[in-house]
Amino acid sequence: MPKDHGIGASPKRREDVRFLTGAGQYTDDINVYGQTYCYFLRSDVAHGKINRIDTSDAEKMPGVVRIFTGKDFEGVGGLPCGWQVTDRFGQPMKEPGHPVLAQGKVRHVGDPIAAVVADSLEEARNAAEAIVLDIEELPAAVDMKAALGDGAPLVHDDIGSNLCYDWGFVEDNKGAVDEAIKNAAHVTTLELVNQRLVANPMEPRVAVGDYSRANDESTLYTTSQNPHVIRLLMGAFVLGIPEHKLRVVAPDVGGGFGTKIFHYAEEAFVTFAARKINRPVKWTASRSEAFMSDAHGRDHVTKIELALDKDNNFVAIRTETLANMGAYLSTFAPSVPTWLHGTLMAGNYKTPNIYVNVKAVFTNTVPVDAYRGAGRPEATFQLERVIDKAARELGVDPIALRRQNFVTEFPYQTPVAVVYDTGDYNATMNKLEEMADIKGFAARRKASEAKGKLRGFGVNCYIEACGIAPSNLVGQLGARAGLYESATVRVNATGTISVYTGSHSHGQGHETAFPQVVAEMLGIDESMIDIVHGDTSKIPMGMGTYGSRSLAVGGSAMVRATEKIINKAKKIASHLLEASEADIELKDGKFSVAGTDKSVAWGDVTLAAYVPHNYPLEDLEPGLEETAFYDPSNFTYPAGAYACEVELDPETGKVTIERFAAADDFGNIVNPMIVSGQVHGGLAQGIGQALLESCAYDENGQLLSASYMDYAMPRADDVPFYSVDHSCATPCTHNPLGVKGCGEAGAIGSPPAVINAVIDALQSGGHKVEHINMPASPQRVWAAMHG
Amino acid sequence: MTEVTMTVNGKSVTKSVKGNTLMTEFLREELRLTGTHVGCDTSQCGACVIHVNGEAIKACTMFAAEAQGSEVTTIEGMANADGSLGVIQQAFQDHHGLQCGFCTPGMVMSAAALLKDNPKPTEHEIRDYLEGNICRCTGYHNIVKAIMAASGQDVSGIAAE
Repeated sequence: MPKDHGIGASPKRREDVRFLTGAGQYTDDINVYGQTYCYFLRSDVAHGKINRIDTSDAEKMPGVVRIFTGKDFEGVGGLPCGWQVTDRFGQPMKEPGHPVLAQGKVRHVGDPIAAVVADSLEEARNAAEAIVLDIEELPAAVDMKAALGDGAPLVHDDIGSNLCYDWGFVEDNKGAVDEAIKNAAHVTTLELVNQRLVANPMEPRVAVGDYSRANDESTLYTTSQNPHVIRLLMGAFVLGIPEHKLRVVAPDVGGGFGTKIFHYAEEAFVTFAARKINRPVKWTASRSEAFMSDAHGRDHVTKIELALDKDNNFVAIRTETLANMGAYLSTFAPSVPTWLHGTLMAGNYKTPNIYVNVKAVFTNTVPVDAYRGAGRPEATFQLERVIDKAARELGVDPIALRRQNFVTEFPYQTPVAVVYDTGDYNATMNKLEEMADIKGFAARRKASEAKGKLRGFGVNCYIEACGIAPSNLVGQLGARAGLYESATVRVNATGTISVYTGSHSHGQGHETAFPQVVAEMLGIDESMIDIVHGDTSKIPMGMGTYGSRSLAVGGSAMVRATEKIINKAKKIASHLLEASEADIELKDGKFSVAGTDKSVAWGDVTLAAYVPHNYPLEDLEPGLEETAFYDPSNFTYPAGAYACEVELDPETGKVTIERFAAADDFGNIVNPMIVSGQVHGGLAQGIGQALLESCAYDENGQLLSASYMDYAMPRADDVPFYSVDHSCATPCTHNPLGVKGCGEAGAIGSPPAVINAVIDALQSGGHKVEHINMPASPQRVWAAMHG
Repeated sequence: MTEVTMTVNGKSVTKSVKGNTLMTEFLREELRLTGTHVGCDTSQCGACVIHVNGEAIKACTMFAAEAQGSEVTTIEGMANADGSLGVIQQAFQDHHGLQCGFCTPGMVMSAAALLKDNPKPTEHEIRDYLEGNICRCTGYHNIVKAIMAASGQDVSGIAAE
């Protein structure tokens, strides 16, 4: 019988009521009295020298309050990067400046040149038209390989090349890996592209800056996954506003998927401008603007070699990747192709020798940073594709080849730094085989063939490192901040509770799931507990939500704070019950003396904590509020096995997803309904990457896909009902909830399954196609068939 | 400026608007009905779907002046008279048909229009109808399921949760 409350139950989401009635409050729903509107004039060329910006006519236009250019930001900090990678030779990465408004040069289409602040958006937009620009267009670095070549245009002249870093991992293992590959019985090689994507949360980014002259305080309302991180970065590194004079609020946020982690120029601009003009300033991105200013994702070009011995055991993996950084280093960009990618290259397999080389490249394109999965989808795609290719070359079953090489003993020290704490990859594969009805596939293929279609089956495994992150470890890996999380549990006098969490919910349902945990611990009703998030003036500190960390890290902080509450409440109860503290038990919201019928209710204890007549003042302070910070000792390692079945129309090359099954091990589950929803969404994004989505630039650096007319988002008729399961749970051993995180798995695990299925379909039709780059669009598939 | 009069969620409103004021701007800024969302600038995403005289319309494709004399319903007008969730809204909550909530108003309004014309749509018909509504969070699974449930169909055979 499924539970109806507490951990493991699926109560309906409480936040849904406001979202379903139009009562949600997103950033664009916020207007501040006296507000002005901001319009950014952005570069329409990929690379150019700014000779002159003449705003004199524009300034005279109706409604214009002030026009800002790069000149106004001389002496103001640039946007900082939060992660420093050290290269193969022990040198720090190249870290060019990232001005709020362009200084001297524009470096990508969309780079902001000037900002018009006016009484209305229409007036701001009209005035921007009247700004006279003299920009000398320069040749652009677009293709990564060409950008590294001699004589390539330089994105940043002061660096002297377009190479950000050349990273080797683990550099000391390179010789052993080369040797193992040389001596291997079989080596499978695959070159592939993990294409550039745009995260595209449905809510475009918005920023509203406000300034109070009375107390010299700035407030920024912004569409962020981590308001405290923005406060820290913007306050300390860009604008020089101390934290106690800066409030950052991220109210209801309409999806993030990574792209709302980063600190953006527009946030700094509206905060800066509001102080300068002493009026609130609002900026709302149009979708086209989002395409050219939100950090993009992926964009790797990779060669992977998998070496096997004569018994088909994996003996070595060697990869070479070019990773696009775009024109500037976004907040976490350098970590994505390195520490979130190289450390996962072992996958679910015991491969003793692994070497990963990544060259990060500056190009005249929008900056690239973390997008759902961030580095782990890139690792999973190349590994699971090369394994499938190896299975075909060797004529062995792809599932059997995977099983043969699975890690089966835990903890497992990989050759790429991380230690997997728990897992059972055979269990998820067993579950998957059952869910995917492999036995029935032959009949389904026959039925497709009878209709003149091809049918393919693809499978893959994945593992990811989540619960970001153990602060000590990431510090060694280059993170410039530890990644703790905090929680404050405030018990009110009448027994209701407000939980202040540094995690941020932008669709994940924390307001429902987090109370399930606290209610379970205290034995009280979930409706007595509210979650407060997204406002730096309320929550002590927070590193926010990304890397599937909210429950594993933020939830653990909440557990620790609740444990402190229980300890203190027991002391109060022992006083009220005139019993020894050691004898007090908390069950079903009641404190009782063990072995007696004496008890006191939760509400009596909480009342006594605040307004007592009879209280042990000499031993205990009144009040019942506790804060805890939690730092995980390791990453968590969600893992699983995915299967995709496609039908392919050989007449048109169109691929249709017929079935998709996902067997995940997320450790313990707090709310199964929400977890399944997270997987569904991830699968659609992974299927979108595999079949539909591509952020395209032409050779001059013009962005070709800057609207939903050109960028193919997955729609309801592009995807099937999914079959998902998370019953194969091996709880995480190092956090109090035993949870692993579920937010990114679907997007990480699904692209290789789709492409493996497409290749299987093509091969079943006699087409000798070994690989197809994503998205496997009808045109690409058709071309591959007739290539 | 033009004076427009229309009925919005059962209440008559009269306002002066500029000729180029979009219906989305009118609802969000003039009436402060902020449940109608703007997710794109090319009429692709469907976050702004409302009903005008019973038809589903993308409010970003319509000028406020064009709604003169119309009956307009927005997401704020979809709850029952007692404030409880309407059938479709309730089905979205019951079946976890929303996550971040941004596309949700448009989804609910589109679903309502579909069910008015086709009270028992098939899975295929629902997916086809939602072509003009993009959701980035749910992968559509639970949206389709919720709409089937709202139309009184048995969804217990569709993968749990």
